[in-house]
Amino acid sequence: MDQYEVLWAGFGGQGVMVAGQLLAYTGIKEGKNVVWLPSYGPEMRGGTAYCTVVISDSRIGSPIITNPRAACVFNRPSFDKFTPRIKPGGLLLVNSSLIDVTTDRDDITEVLVPANKMAIDAGSPKATNIAMLSTFVGATGVVEYDNLLATLEEKLGKKKDLLEINRKVLEAGFKLGKEAVKGKSAGRKVKA
Amino acid sequence: MAKILMKGNEAIGEAAIRAGATNYFCYPITPQTEVAEYLARRMPEVGGVFLQAESEVAVGNMLFGAAATGRRVFTTSSSPGISLMQEAISYIAGAQLPCVLLNIMRGGPGLGGILPAQSDYFQATKGGGHGDYRLMVLAPSSIQEAVDLTMDAFPLAEKYRNPVMIIGDGMIGQMMEPVEFPDEVDKGDPATNEGWAATGARDRKPRVIKSLYLDPYKLEENSYVLHEKYEQMKQHEVRYERYKISAKNDLLIVSYGTMARICQTAIDELEQEGVSVGLFRPITLFPYPEKELRKEIEARNVKNVLVVEMSCGQMLEDVERVVQGVKPVTFFGRTGGIVPSPEEAKEQIKNMIKKPTRAKKASKATAKKQAAKKKSSKRQRKDA
Repeated sequence: MDQYEVLWAGFGGQGVMVAGQLLAYTGIKEGKNVVWLPSYGPEMRGGTAYCTVVISDSRIGSPIITNPRAACVFNRPSFDKFTPRIKPGGLLLVNSSLIDVTTDRDDITEVLVPANKMAIDAGSPKATNIAMLSTFVGATGVVEYDNLLATLEEKLGKKKDLLEINRKVLEAGFKLGKEAVKGKSAGRKVKA
Repeated sequence: MAKILMKGNEAIGEAAIRAGATNYFCYPITPQTEVAEYLARRMPEVGGVFLQAESEVAVGNMLFGAAATGRRVFTTSSSPGISLMQEAISYIAGAQLPCVLLNIMRGGPGLGGILPAQSDYFQATKGGGHGDYRLMVLAPSSIQEAVDLTMDAFPLAEKYRNPVMIIGDGMIGQMMEPVEFPDEVDKGDPATNEGWAATGARDRKPRVIKSLYLDPYKLEENSYVLHEKYEQMKQHEVRYERYKISAKNDLLIVSYGTMARICQTAIDELEQEGVSVGLFRPITLFPYPEKELRKEIEARNVKNVLVVEMSCGQMLEDVERVVQGVKPVTFFGRTGGIVPSPEEAKEQIKNMIKKPTRAKKASKATAKKQAAKKKSSKRQRKDA
């Protein structure tokens, strides 16, 4: 029973919910079981938002995940809140464009992703979440790159110019994630 | 049909459309407003009625009126909204009309909060409104099951001419999971309701649909008719799921809805540690799987039964009624919108197995108190 849980967290508007959804859509494409659970409450733009995605080959029990195998944090409050919750041996993806600290934990792998910069370099800050998502997929291999690209084309394909930017970011992020964890064991800080 | 990823609220809305619901009345309330949002778009596409009423009181009475015409009618709301509909629900049950209601439960009482809870169990299963009546109550634990039960709810409501309520906690509404819609769905046929529905009295005698019987003998007769239907439901409609129930079980958990899934994860993890726990998950909360649960408890070597709910203990009373003191029944729950984690459930189970007869009410306060007690008793011993 192989199950992967990943938490996405950031400010409302950074695209954390969409990043999680795109991952969940891709999981279904591969015939896996998935659960996407958002934080909901009296929310507002600019407030904190997070969601968890569970991907599994077998039936998924609890949608509530206290200790995920990975967390992708987009801002400082999310970094502070969720870094301690990651399972030992797990993965932390940090949006280093906005977060200028790194973790003290030596039992997880930390990958620093200049997500905002990558998105802006490719042509739009809107692609920040795709930078995080593709780096995550590159680092973990939870879903296939081609399937993720296909999901992106399906869900965000209407605006051709944005899709092109997203595709660029997707490719860069995937490569970065893959390189970052190559031969690295938990505890190594990985600057990407 | 291929599996698609859908939010619970939207999937339930789509299921109702496919089951032939053509009349949807609603008033928005978190955490189920997406059903209304979804059906506002979808209902006109299938020639149905989407109507946002001025209040839930009005919604209830619109259901009553539309149900009387023999069409498939549907509403969705959350706890405080469902409370406002209770008068109409009682009338609908009394007048023997079919309708389907969805309650995506949030914390209460009063206006409460907006986070997931299961604290409307009593309201749903024990009446809610006045009079000798029951609802059929279905409790899904996944989005696929929510879809399947919504589609089943309409024919069940017609079969018994009784309201059917689907209850899920906030997570059932907000969560996204893959769902598959069956190709063949019973959309219902208003003509089959010819015989009781108010369809226009041209060339026939008018029909009266009412719940008012001033003659007590007539009213008693009506109540017995209802009662007989509930007995029939108990005979034919009970649904439940057994998970890892075996002779090796140290403990049997009874839990429903999303809470049961959280228990499942706890059970899987405990299995790795050599602790064997089974789960009995009622899917119909009324009719309650009484005989089936009783059988499990009598047949098994289990020393304890643990009821886990997102409430202060409501289904607990049904389990106690069924177990009748044969085995100790204890309870664990969180409420007010707090969802217990699998780790919390695991902790409770482990404690139970260690100290089987001790009831655990899980609140941080009592946990602290217990910890303090332990400390002070240790201290006393040292002093002595």
